[in-house]
Parts: sequence; structure tokens; C-alpha cells
Amino acid sequence: MTPEAAWKIFSNYAYFIILLFICGLYCVVVTRNLMRTLIGLELMTKAVTLLLIVVGYITGRVALMQSLVITLIVIEVVVIAIAAGVVVSVFRNTDSIDSRNIRNLKG
Amino acid sequence: MSTNILLVSMTIAALWAVLSRSILKATIGLAITSAIVTILIFKLDSPLAGVFELSVCTGLITAVFVSAISLTRPLTHKETIERTKYRIRRYWILPAVLAAVAVLLYFVKLPIGLSLPAKAFARLDVRDVLWNMRQLDLFGQISILLAGVFGIVILFKEASKR
Repeated sequence: MTPEAAWKIFSNYAYFIILLFICGLYCVVVTRNLMRTLIGLELMTKAVTLLLIVVGYITGRVALMQSLVITLIVIEVVVIAIAAGVVVSVFRNTDSIDSRNIRNLKG
Repeated sequence: MSTNILLVSMTIAALWAVLSRSILKATIGLAITSAIVTILIFKLDSPLAGVFELSVCTGLITAVFVSAISLTRPLTHKETIERTKYRIRRYWILPAVLAAVAVLLYFVKLPIGLSLPAKAFARLDVRDVLWNMRQLDLFGQISILLAGVFGIVILFKEASKR
């Protein structure tokens, strides 16, 4: 693949990866709902996953990037599952998943 | 052309996931985004990563989200009205920000060159890389999965009745 063709593919994907990342980042920053924070985190991780695969494709390191993405996905699912468990625990203690209600460190 | 359609659909699905009033619909939007990312990953010659993305991110994580949502309380009518006003106030700016960034990226041509690395070795199989070159990653994955299992068992367990 020539550098020009690789740059064309990369810039095409990077354009939308940046938009996807901004969606996720905005969701994490603005929301007070803990579940929506996790959704924003997921969207950012999707953007990074796609970026890694695109970089692997244009550099010819598809196998290496696939293995990295598999590791990333495993870590991502465990983090999301634990975070969802924390949200459920917060709800059981405060009867709310609003981040404004998590104000004390008791318990 | 089809790639551009998929990329635009992915962005629209992500926007729907963020802007949706119902958190269940937001979860469905996230699942649709994951599915479109899976198709893009398959188009980029990465089938194993695509399978993982589809089964884990689209399937398992959606199930985890739906389970967590089912364990929480739905909003009352008054809370729904209050939240809608809050959401309109806070989230109306996101489509505008995305449009501005899209226009900026389209017109601003960044002078970033791209030098591809030389082909130092033949095209490897992902199984060789995963099992032979990245063995320590597998130990890390096993450890984190075990930690995740114990964490989920403890966190999702109902409190014992006194």
C-alpha cells in the first residue's frame, strides 16, 4: 500500500473516529446519570478500538493489532461489568444513580 | 462508498445513544454502534477482533447494561419532566459541536505526513501473535477476568436480610 493510499484510508476513518470519541467524551463529562457515564466510556473505547484496527490495516500489522484489540476488549468488558456492579450498589445504598447524591464516604 | 455510509451510520447511532431520553434506548443505540464497528472491523481484514467485538461488546455488555438497569428504579413522572428539561439544556449543544468539528476537520488539512514502516516480516497469523508473541497478555487477561468474576459476584449479590 502506498503512503498516499494509506493516508487517504486513515484520514477517512480518523474523521469519524474523532466524532465518535467526542460523543463519548461529551456524554461522560455532562451527564449526572452513572449508567450514561458508562455508555460514554464505551463509546470512547469503541473509537480507540476502531483506530487500532485501522492503524494495523494500513501498516500491515493486522495480527498484532487484533491481539491488542482482543486484550482491550477483555479489559473493557471487565471494567464495565464491575462499574455496573458499583452503580447497582450505589443505587441500593442511596436509592438513586444520580452522581450528585454520592456525597459521603460512609459505609 | 459503503464504508462512508457505515461510518456515518456509526456516528448517528452514537449520537442517538447519547441523546436518547430513555436509558434503555441509549443502551440499544450503543449496541447498534458496536454492531456497525464490528462490520467495519470485518472490512479491515480483522475477523477475530470482529468476532470478539460482536459477541462481547454488542452482546455481553448490552446484557450487563440491561441487567443493571433492571435492578434500578424507573423514574417517576415528575422526575421524568425535570430530567427532560435538564437534558435539553445540557445536550442540545452536542450536535452543534459535532457539526463544527466535522466542518473544521474537513477544511483544515493537517500537514501530517505518514511514513509506513517497512515490511520487516511476513504477514503473521493472529494465533501466532496471541499465543507465541503476546503470552503475557493472556496471563493479564486471565487475572483480570478472575478479578472481574469475584467483583461481580460480590457487587451484584443482594444484601442479606437482617
